[in-house]
Amino acid sequence: MTTVLKADSISKQYIIEHQKNPGYKTLAESLAVLSARVINRIRSPFSSSSTSAAEEFWALKDIDFEIKQGDRVGIIGSNGAGKSTLLKILSRITAPTTGKVGVNGRIASLLEVGTGFHPELTGRENIFLNGAILGMSKRDIQSRFDEMVAFSEIERFLDTPVKRYSSGMYVRLAFSVAAHLEPDIFIVDEVLAVGDLAFQKKCLGKMDDVGKSGRTLLFVSHNNSAIKSLCSRGIYLEGGMIAADGEVTDVIDSYLSNTYDGEYESLVDLERLKECDAAGFKIDSIGVCNLSRPDRQLCSGDDIQFRVNYEFTGTNPSPALIFSIKNSHGVEVCRFSNSPISGVALELKARGVIELTIPSLALTKGIYYVDVGYAHESVEYYFNVEALVRLDIGGADVYGSGFELDESRGLVWMAHNWNSV
Amino acid sequence: MKENLSQEKFDLVISADKSFGDAARELFEYRELFYILAWRDFKVRYKQTVIGALWALLRPLLTMVVFTIIFGKIAGLPSPGDAPYAIMVFTAMLPWYFFSSSFQEGSNALVANANMISKVYFPRIIVPVSSLFVNFVDFMISFGVLALIMVFYQFSPSENIIYLPLFVVLLALFTVGLSLWMSALNVQYRDVRYVVPFIVQLGLYVSPVGFASSVVANDWRVLYSLNPMVGVIDGFRWCVIGGDIKFYWPGLWLSIVITTLLLVTGCLFFLKTERKFADVI
Repeated sequence: MTTVLKADSISKQYIIEHQKNPGYKTLAESLAVLSARVINRIRSPFSSSSTSAAEEFWALKDIDFEIKQGDRVGIIGSNGAGKSTLLKILSRITAPTTGKVGVNGRIASLLEVGTGFHPELTGRENIFLNGAILGMSKRDIQSRFDEMVAFSEIERFLDTPVKRYSSGMYVRLAFSVAAHLEPDIFIVDEVLAVGDLAFQKKCLGKMDDVGKSGRTLLFVSHNNSAIKSLCSRGIYLEGGMIAADGEVTDVIDSYLSNTYDGEYESLVDLERLKECDAAGFKIDSIGVCNLSRPDRQLCSGDDIQFRVNYEFTGTNPSPALIFSIKNSHGVEVCRFSNSPISGVALELKARGVIELTIPSLALTKGIYYVDVGYAHESVEYYFNVEALVRLDIGGADVYGSGFELDESRGLVWMAHNWNSV
Repeated sequence: MKENLSQEKFDLVISADKSFGDAARELFEYRELFYILAWRDFKVRYKQTVIGALWALLRPLLTMVVFTIIFGKIAGLPSPGDAPYAIMVFTAMLPWYFFSSSFQEGSNALVANANMISKVYFPRIIVPVSSLFVNFVDFMISFGVLALIMVFYQFSPSENIIYLPLFVVLLALFTVGLSLWMSALNVQYRDVRYVVPFIVQLGLYVSPVGFASSVVANDWRVLYSLNPMVGVIDGFRWCVIGGDIKFYWPGLWLSIVITTLLLVTGCLFFLKTERKFADVI
């Protein structure tokens, strides 16, 4: 197999400015900084000047890998691990600070569907526009035009401006153009998370065809099961470096066990934790533990425990702590409160811990948010902090059937039996 | 490691810097995008307007009327040769509107297409340059209007008109050069957004659009010609009106030199900063 892509110690540095500045500057600021530098130079010509409060940040550091023709590589990692930066470098949107990438063959990258779509233009016109932006020639587009239209299922609206499209139609049209790119190397960011389920499935099918036709695929997703089914090889990025590279299931396993960090403190929004302070009741910290497998991410079916460290100086005859779990669309999936829901009276001490234990977590794979509130039972809320805790629930084969459940198959699972009688 | 990569054969090497040759080759590969982006801008230009492309005629036409009245009638400035004042003004209006519209759109083009730039790769230079193509269509339409005005005044163009394409090229190159500078600067410094309309507004009065450049005293002529539009507009008038207009050659040479300088430095600056666009835009 020939090498189609070879990254040779690529690194990418960003400069973070510590004044609360947007990325761009005004000329006046630059001139001010410049003149300050000049004055410093004149005063002390040999010292290295560091007038601005800029910090170097390496989004990627010494990345090396080699991809052979026909490889299907899934890139995984938590947010900020450098996945998007890597894709941007490979698709030439931004240049690496150091290092080189050698490429053989035509690369097409899809970091977003519908890039360059113009709302005033019709579907037909946008197909040509988007195709050209993605690097297709007019002849290519013409020869695949009918296929694209059929795939998108929007024949009837082909001559309607896309600003009148529903978001579903828009995404379908956009993906259809991209799906017919037929490059040698296809780089795809998390773009399949859009559109309805049936269409998502169709897209995954199309991507599978891409892989099977001997083309090379680089795929970034947070959907581990999609990566598992599409890719044979995984690259796990952590903190801008490659943490694991190899067989896809092994890499996903090492990713899942690595994402666990102590008591999931990072999942609690520490800024907003400060808001949990009213009527003499103050939450110092909230811990989330996986009681079943303490060494790894929470998954469906695991036993989970929230530990609330608090201080109490007030008076409250019937204190109530409320945990409300919502999915990413804000739908409340389940609410826990010692009182009145559970009917459990809690006695608050000057300083103590409240534990909320949930055996066999019924949530399916996905991101959930927990609102935490403190109230006087049935009278009033003293505080209710929305989305204070973020739960990143991993998928698990809870029924032992080879199926990992995610939102697309319901928000919750529960023990059940099937009988034919 | 570095030797390693260069020993093997790759079609494309992505690294921190890009050679001029690579840039030119890419530009050729993506040549269709020029046309497509220009076509897009043209398509959406007059969408949801009532009179549509008539705007392309109306703007220069109305300006011409106003200028003719103010400079020709009220101020009583002379028109060189035997051309009617309106024709003299409209001949300058053509390059001026082409320049001002292309320059304004070109300078803003990268920022306006920020989303594309941060999500897809293509030679970025296509974006500001394609603004020129759209305005060239307007330019051609206005040219038709000039012909009609000349028929109305029963004024026949001079034989110098065969040289007009050369001045159109000079005009386009000057516009590209300045647009490249400003659009690249605009990515980093949004001040440009305020500077450009100012340049255009001021430029209309500084350039000999409403009057003939012969009005300017001879001592100041060289200084005046530092504005490359002076050479371009004089050239247009010489081609269309001809007659006994005396061409001011130093002005043209200066215009060519400054245009070349702007274009070359503009290209270099653009190529140098282009790779950081996606990071700062």
